[in-house]
Amino acid sequence: MKKEIKRVYYIARKDLKAYYLKPPLISWGLMLPIVFILAFYFKNPLGIEEVSPGLVGLTLLFSSTSMAAIVITFEKRTEALERLLLAPLSVRTILLGKTLGSAFFGLLMGFISMILVVFFFGLKISYPISLALSLILSSVAFALIGILISVGVKEVFEAMTMANFFRFPMVFLCGVFFPITAMPSVLQVIGFCLPLTYSVDAMQQSLLAHGGLIHRGLDLLILAGFCLILFLLAQKVFSRRIQEEY
Amino acid sequence: MAEVIRAEGLFKKFGQNVAVDGVSFSVEEGEVFGYLGPNGAGKTTTIRMLVGLTRPTSGEAYVNGVSILKDPVKAKETVGVVPESSNLYGELTAWENLIYMAQLYGLPKKEWEQRADELLKDFGLSERRDSRFQGFSRGMKRRLTIAAARVHRPRLLFLDEPTTGLDVMSARGLRQVIRKVKEKGVTVFLTTHLIQEAEDLCDWVAIIVKGKIRVIDTPENLRIQAQEVEALEIKPQPFSEMLPKEMESLPGVEKATLIEDKIHLYGQSIHQVIPQVINYLSEKKIQILSIKTLTPTLEDAFVKLTGMEAEVMRVDKPQKMGGVG
Repeated sequence: MKKEIKRVYYIARKDLKAYYLKPPLISWGLMLPIVFILAFYFKNPLGIEEVSPGLVGLTLLFSSTSMAAIVITFEKRTEALERLLLAPLSVRTILLGKTLGSAFFGLLMGFISMILVVFFFGLKISYPISLALSLILSSVAFALIGILISVGVKEVFEAMTMANFFRFPMVFLCGVFFPITAMPSVLQVIGFCLPLTYSVDAMQQSLLAHGGLIHRGLDLLILAGFCLILFLLAQKVFSRRIQEEY
Repeated sequence: MAEVIRAEGLFKKFGQNVAVDGVSFSVEEGEVFGYLGPNGAGKTTTIRMLVGLTRPTSGEAYVNGVSILKDPVKAKETVGVVPESSNLYGELTAWENLIYMAQLYGLPKKEWEQRADELLKDFGLSERRDSRFQGFSRGMKRRLTIAAARVHRPRLLFLDEPTTGLDVMSARGLRQVIRKVKEKGVTVFLTTHLIQEAEDLCDWVAIIVKGKIRVIDTPENLRIQAQEVEALEIKPQPFSEMLPKEMESLPGVEKATLIEDKIHLYGQSIHQVIPQVINYLSEKKIQILSIKTLTPTLEDAFVKLTGMEAEVMRVDKPQKMGGVG
């Protein structure tokens, strides 16, 4: 167990060291959310407060999924992934390592954007523990989405296209810019099936001290459930893929 | 001597394609076992099964006594693998790559740096310690990849096409490295499509074609098996592509092949054909630059045992597109 935790940490640390400055990561991870924030701010400086928590969630989403999807696809491409598969590591250890690296990158970017909105737009952190947990759980869930995407593609650009295919609908369906309850009921159903909805809901409650679709504790529980299901799914799909490809 | 690899009917299918079709063999400690076959014969897939990367569709294998089906992770701990492509991390330096491997293979922390320095020295890469892997020449990449596979001091080393894509000097240097590894008592399982390489390095050679092992024997015995057919090598001038085909019709010539710019004629007692060959070529006003009888090589044995032209072994794998970023 201790051995596995150490190896998970080494994998994550190597990924962060080797890849965090890759251009697609910077552009998709940080630039896009900053552009979103500025666009909203210039359009309606007074309403920025309401959308700020959602923008933090978006930063997490874009940076975590990008890192995971890019790193694995890139390593598949350069055949360096085989290096990990040859090492005495279980699929679980490899995926935990990759998830940890990507989630940490997402968390860092999310944290930076949170500091920005808190300082510049004067938001108050009402529930710090809920906020921290929602940031952590969301970054893990989004990293796992990135990993699932990378399993199905061959090229880095495909990974990004595929990632956007999942991410952009989430931007509009998960209550980032307008409440989920204001949408037609069909879209609401879809919205409630997506993890970003619960990240945004927990962050809105933690940063705005009001609102909320459900209790923030329940948001966190659902996010944890997403993490677990996505991880088991990633483990299954990834293992099957190895048997098919090697 | 102890048996370090035992493969029992290893079989692997990808969809409808059979990659490895029930191979069985055993390798003993300290041997260099060569797995010789053309591209696409199933060599890499066999290695991937033996090192626990992929599961066989059926069959079983024991590596250092560990079942690859029951405990692939443990099997991986006991072996070093050098894949066909030098696939360390381009973004990391030589030293960082070795340290990372030491971490993944669970070496105690206090040994990391010492082991990395030791390997860099052994493989003549100390001066490039802090250079990024992506800037290395192919030969250096290959050496560092082998060094990385030796980080945890495995007693069994798998090398997949170790000299493919290297220039003559680097390939020669690398064969020297493999001999040194063997001298240390390490068992080596190597795949190659180069007949000469198998002949030079291996104690045992298994010839694999289309997923099946045709024969396993020592290079000497394989050569002896080819002995019954003699060969004659002629270097004609001018040279024409049609010449081998035409010469096959000469009485006493059973087979004629083209090897670079030379023609090899095979027959039961080929030396008796020499006068006819000289006559035939002089009638056609073709000069003979050299002519000699050949003692059978492993290449001849390969041609005889597989019924394939040795040329199939010279076809390189289609190169993959370069990496991104």
